[in-house]
Amino acid sequence: MGDATEPLLQARGIYKNFGHVRALRGCDFDIYPGEVVAMIGDNGAGKSTLVKILAGVQPPDDGEILFEGQPVTLSDPTAAQRLGIETVYQDLALAPDLDPAANLFLGRELVKPGILGKLGFLDTPRMAEQTRTAFKNLGAGVQSETDAVASMSGGQRQSIAVSRAATWANRLVIMDEPTAALGVVQSKAVLELAKRVRDQGMAVVIISHNMPEVLEVSDRVEVLRLGQRVARFRTSETDMDQLVGAMTGALVQEDA
Amino acid sequence: MMAELREQDQAVADREAEDAQPERKRWVQMLTDSTAFIFIALLGMVVAFTVLRPEAFASVNNLRNIAIAASILLVLSIGQTFVITTAGIDISVGSVLVFSGVVAALVMAEVNGGQGWAAVLVGTVAALLAGAFWGLVNGLLITKAQLPPLIVTLGTFGGVLGFAKVLTGGINLRTVPNVLIETLGIGRLFGVIPWLVILALVITTIAGITMRFTRFGRYTIAIGSSEEAARRVGINVDRHLLKVYLVSGVLAGIGGMMSLARFTNTTIQGHDTDNLQSIASVVIGGTSLFGGIATMFGTLVGVFIPTTLQNGFVILRIQPFWQEVAVGAVLIVAVYVDQLKRRARDRL
Repeated sequence: MGDATEPLLQARGIYKNFGHVRALRGCDFDIYPGEVVAMIGDNGAGKSTLVKILAGVQPPDDGEILFEGQPVTLSDPTAAQRLGIETVYQDLALAPDLDPAANLFLGRELVKPGILGKLGFLDTPRMAEQTRTAFKNLGAGVQSETDAVASMSGGQRQSIAVSRAATWANRLVIMDEPTAALGVVQSKAVLELAKRVRDQGMAVVIISHNMPEVLEVSDRVEVLRLGQRVARFRTSETDMDQLVGAMTGALVQEDA
Repeated sequence: MMAELREQDQAVADREAEDAQPERKRWVQMLTDSTAFIFIALLGMVVAFTVLRPEAFASVNNLRNIAIAASILLVLSIGQTFVITTAGIDISVGSVLVFSGVVAALVMAEVNGGQGWAAVLVGTVAALLAGAFWGLVNGLLITKAQLPPLIVTLGTFGGVLGFAKVLTGGINLRTVPNVLIETLGIGRLFGVIPWLVILALVITTIAGITMRFTRFGRYTIAIGSSEEAARRVGINVDRHLLKVYLVSGVLAGIGGMMSLARFTNTTIQGHDTDNLQSIASVVIGGTSLFGGIATMFGTLVGVFIPTTLQNGFVILRIQPFWQEVAVGAVLIVAVYVDQLKRRARDRL
């Protein structure tokens, strides 16, 4: 992890305005391969906006994004997906009436071989099989591949969304407040899941408000405040006071 | 440690599931196992009409009449099922049916003096194109102009019927080739099953397979379940919705030919409640008006509710207008049940 290697993804001097609201004012962000980096900041710091830009949902007004050192344009979510970047949104973006396998493969369905496939016939058994494998590899606690997602608990839904992202990403998974709606036990399970995604070699960005959680799961922390990055820490070398200080403006790093 | 966590998670989930399942919930669930329930309701209606007028209602001839009456409605309702599954609605189906029939009749009059298979073929193509055109108009207004489906199809419901009347001066055209009337109109397979019914069943089967087993069906359900989710995974939602409204239009075009064959004229005045009837049939059948839940088999059963009611009322010499009252009421009840079902599920 860390500074020895080149960053996987870099945001450089990103600006984004919404009318008179200056959401991002020259914001930087770095993500290195194989690390869990926490993005923290108070409400209105610009976290969600930055995530949307990194995921290709919104274009920046100014600034550049470098993927493995090369400038890239993330004009839409599929552009980010082609680079191996998947995002788990706060609202999960699951189709509640479909089962976990259908959700995992949504938009990327496997079809049967031959003429049936040409007609668009789905290979349901193969998708169910691969879904089971994905859940098993990630240790996601999803009991059924065939019940509608709507009938499942928040933790299970979150697990499905994270598994989907981890299945299709090969470089980076971005998780926007993955534990905000979850209980203690379920939150722990999702954080474990995030670590396992990292252990498979991917980078993970976790947006969070929850300081103990950040300290537990992340390798590094980057702090946003008023649309700029104001501090960077190695998790092993920081503590709650420093993080809160950076978030509130009491602590400023010159080189951030 | 994970195994333990998962067990706890499971225990919590189980407890939540139990809490959400008191007596009332189970009652709701039974009531809302829609297809089964509707089947029973339909059976009850058949029994009631049979008891009241056994000789008139329960005859082979009359049951065949019911099936014929249901067949055109079924074809419209199949398109409606696709549309409603996307959480949309198509109020224009009856008008598009009439328009397609009018266009077909006008075109057929120009071919071989309005008789023969060549005329039928050309007329069919014309009807399909006319239906496809209005389906496309609906779809484009909904996806590109981003207008609500209810408003768009309410507009085309009125406008398209207006066009049909303009084309004919408001008079019903009767240029329907005899070969069409004798085959599709009154012909039967083995002298038993009307071709109208067979055509409707074939379409229903194809539609059912499409909805259940193909990517087209999967996207239809996904968009109705969560349009945002579908968009975010990269499904071209607009293009798919366009196809769905196109399908509804084309099926209305087929309905136009079926209607010509059956009634031997363009029945301009005869389809003003087709939208109500098809929407009711679809929702009664168990497809959710809020999108994401589809059952073609349910629609197949559903269309027999309005048609059997109509038939039974006529036989009992009750004013048939009561059927419209009943169907309207049943639609509202069906949507209410749909809503109960959704709430019960989301509380889990």
